[in-house]
Amino acid sequence: MTATSPTVGRSRSRVAHLVAHQFRYDLRIFLRNRQGVFFTLALPVLFLVIFASVFKQQNVAVAGGRINESVYYVPGIIAFGVIAATFSNLTLNVVQYREAGIYKRRRATPLPASAVIIGRAVLAGLTALVMTAILLTIGWAAYGASIPTHTAATFLLAIIVGAVVFACLGFALASLIKDADGAQPVVLGIILPLCFISGVFIPILELPHWLIDISKVFPVHALADLLLGVYNPYTSGAGLNWTDFGVLIAWGTVGLVVAVRRFSWLPSSG
Amino acid sequence: MSYGSFEAVRGIDLEVRAGEVHAFLGPNGAGKTTTVEILEGFRRRTAGEISVLGEDPAKAGGDWRARIGVVLQESETEAELTVFECVSLYAGYYPRSRSIDETLELVGLADRSTARCARLSGGQRRRLDVALALIGDPELLFLDEPTTGFDPSARHAAWDVISGLRDLGKTIFLTTHYMEEAEHLADRISVIAKGEIVAEGTPGNIGDRATKQSTIRFTLPPGISASELPPSVLSLSATSDGKIQARADHALAAVGALAAWAGERGIDLPDLEVSRPTLEDVYLELTEDR
Repeated sequence: MTATSPTVGRSRSRVAHLVAHQFRYDLRIFLRNRQGVFFTLALPVLFLVIFASVFKQQNVAVAGGRINESVYYVPGIIAFGVIAATFSNLTLNVVQYREAGIYKRRRATPLPASAVIIGRAVLAGLTALVMTAILLTIGWAAYGASIPTHTAATFLLAIIVGAVVFACLGFALASLIKDADGAQPVVLGIILPLCFISGVFIPILELPHWLIDISKVFPVHALADLLLGVYNPYTSGAGLNWTDFGVLIAWGTVGLVVAVRRFSWLPSSG
Repeated sequence: MSYGSFEAVRGIDLEVRAGEVHAFLGPNGAGKTTTVEILEGFRRRTAGEISVLGEDPAKAGGDWRARIGVVLQESETEAELTVFECVSLYAGYYPRSRSIDETLELVGLADRSTARCARLSGGQRRRLDVALALIGDPELLFLDEPTTGFDPSARHAAWDVISGLRDLGKTIFLTTHYMEEAEHLADRISVIAKGEIVAEGTPGNIGDRATKQSTIRFTLPPGISASELPPSVLSLSATSDGKIQARADHALAAVGALAAWAGERGIDLPDLEVSRPTLEDVYLELTEDR
């Protein structure tokens, strides 16, 4: 094949067209998959309502002072929702499609690899945004949790960086899992313990120091901490916590490198 | 015109011609799937040269893949989509695609177009596989064991579809374990064993099938022993329990001598049978350990 320069521009718009095509169908597939919708959309809402309602009368310590415990849970569960959409759901879906031979079939067509990856990532990103909007609204309407204007930009940045980082980690983990049945336990086995020690399900300052120190190495803590900082009324300035962003970006880079090196279109077996 | 010749696995030389149905046969573990995956561009070869539709599959891009269609041995479809949606998803991948309704009609799924893919029977799923491979209107189609697990009527229906594809002028590279299928569909056959091509030809003449000895079988009536047979038949035969099996270069002469001998004695041989070697006989001989 000789690629001439005029075809480059055309092929770029063709990739964009194919990404849109793939995304439309991926979205339809996602919305019809009850398991995916439940774990990705319903479960975070359920968690928020349960945690925030149970501890409505209590206050909890955060950096700089104390806040209402139901307000405390809103940023944590938003982090959980972003992770469910970009990491958990994406990993399970990619492993399942690869092992079922669906990716292999798609690779036998002219569809460029980038359209498959970008289409799937866009779905994950949009799901994360929708999830964030839903949790934000519930948190505000039911529990009076609001974001101060001076941290609003950081909130948006944290959601976007978090979604991209966890999507990279999702593709990376998917490339390391060899069978479809094993994917769910691996994903939950990683995410649930990290959520517990990162302040998502338990107020972080109620945990022993050594456990907090361990959690600080991982990106779940970084995202949850950033979002808590955004909601925390005692945060001064924009709430741009560079350590948290640094941890996220470092993990995202590792994920991207692993994904690029290890990603496979073919089933592991056969 | 040559569609390609390649060397793979351990020095295979094979050429598939435009417009033919080429059956690729071989026992499991002979290198069949490896060869097909190299041709489809999924696997890289370590040495040798391949040209499929004028390009090296390992380096070919989207334009090349728009000209091939692949029916994989084991692959599912997007379970949540309907048959029509699934085919339109794949149609969108190609710069020029066939009509979806027409393609579903061709594979016999027109009445199932609104069913979810997950609800299809095994045979219907395989037809959907074929529809997805065809939707880009390919010149060359790889069919990897397209009827494995089919009941006989589904198999015959699939054969009709594949014959229809030949009539559309497609080149088809078919792997199968069913000799009947190769015999019914293929213009030419290649047999691979232990990583090498051991025979190539038409279903009628592969492995010297056309010139191999015929087999004559019959049962002698009670009271007549094999030693009473005419010498020209006796010398060719093997006996067990009065059942005679004779191999003959010239079957007609042997049957003539047998008929004359039986007529003289006033006996009949009601189960007399003359048969040519089947494709399966030839195949087993070609692929057995040597």
